[in-house]
Amino acid sequence: MNDQTIIAIVAMSAAAITMALGAIGAALGESRIGAAAMDALARQPDEASSITRTLFVSLAMVESTSIFCLVIALILLFANPFVSATGV
Amino acid sequence: MEFRIFGDPVLFHLGPIPITETMVTSTLVTIALSGAAVWSARTVKSQPLSAMAIVASLLVESFDNLVAEVAGHPHRLVANLSGSLFLFIACCNIAGQLPGVHPATGSLATTSALAVVVFFSVPIAGIYANGLGGYLKHYFQPNPLLMPLHLISEISRTLALAVRLFGNIMSGHLLVALLVALAGFLVPTPIMALDLLIGLLQAYIFAILSTVYIGAAISAGKE
Repeated sequence: MNDQTIIAIVAMSAAAITMALGAIGAALGESRIGAAAMDALARQPDEASSITRTLFVSLAMVESTSIFCLVIALILLFANPFVSATGV
Repeated sequence: MEFRIFGDPVLFHLGPIPITETMVTSTLVTIALSGAAVWSARTVKSQPLSAMAIVASLLVESFDNLVAEVAGHPHRLVANLSGSLFLFIACCNIAGQLPGVHPATGSLATTSALAVVVFFSVPIAGIYANGLGGYLKHYFQPNPLLMPLHLISEISRTLALAVRLFGNIMSGHLLVALLVALAGFLVPTPIMALDLLIGLLQAYIFAILSTVYIGAAISAGKE
């Protein structure tokens, strides 16, 4: 097992863990946002347009953390600076 | 089988400048949008009751209303900026669904350029609305110690704008590419439909967030 193999194994595991934890965090946060928005919509249906706009914006803000995780995972997999170009 | 994530293939060289696929796609989208804008402006003038004119007026009016709601008061220039951002990003995302076209917003260069436009329009709008002193004062607002945090937040939200749009569009495109490689026929169709939704949603969010940032800079000195 040479260095490149070890680096590849570690990079793949790190990408998997990054993606898993990032997805868990964003999923929990987004479900809370969705539940809160449902609650607000049930209480004040007149404010539907404003609530929906805020809902989408906050969903996107929360989801961006998991998108950052995805980008990091893809960098680890496909653009890893420690993997030599001929290696993997 | 080739998945493109960060790379951008060079199609040809124009003198010393390499012309990449993203540049061609975004230029084509810009030309198409400008043509549609000129055409609909003419239609609004000549036949104000045709379907095209009504759609164009509705679009402009909805952006005016959006800016008035988000930024607090109507603002023609901000509405122009956010409307242009929305239309360009939405058309780039939808153009990515055409066969063989890679979406221009799926490249980090395009999204960074758009985010840099927002980054520079925030202080310009703030200084235009409040004067140089009035705008710079809000950096020291609760406490001068927080000035570095204000600067970091401006830079990090620009980065977040760019990476959010890039990550969403690129991952959607990558997902479709993976599914096509796994099972080509009809399986990727629901994901492509989801991509259409996500593309429009991300364009909307980019436009709204830039409006929120610019609106916050405009109202910074008015409290």
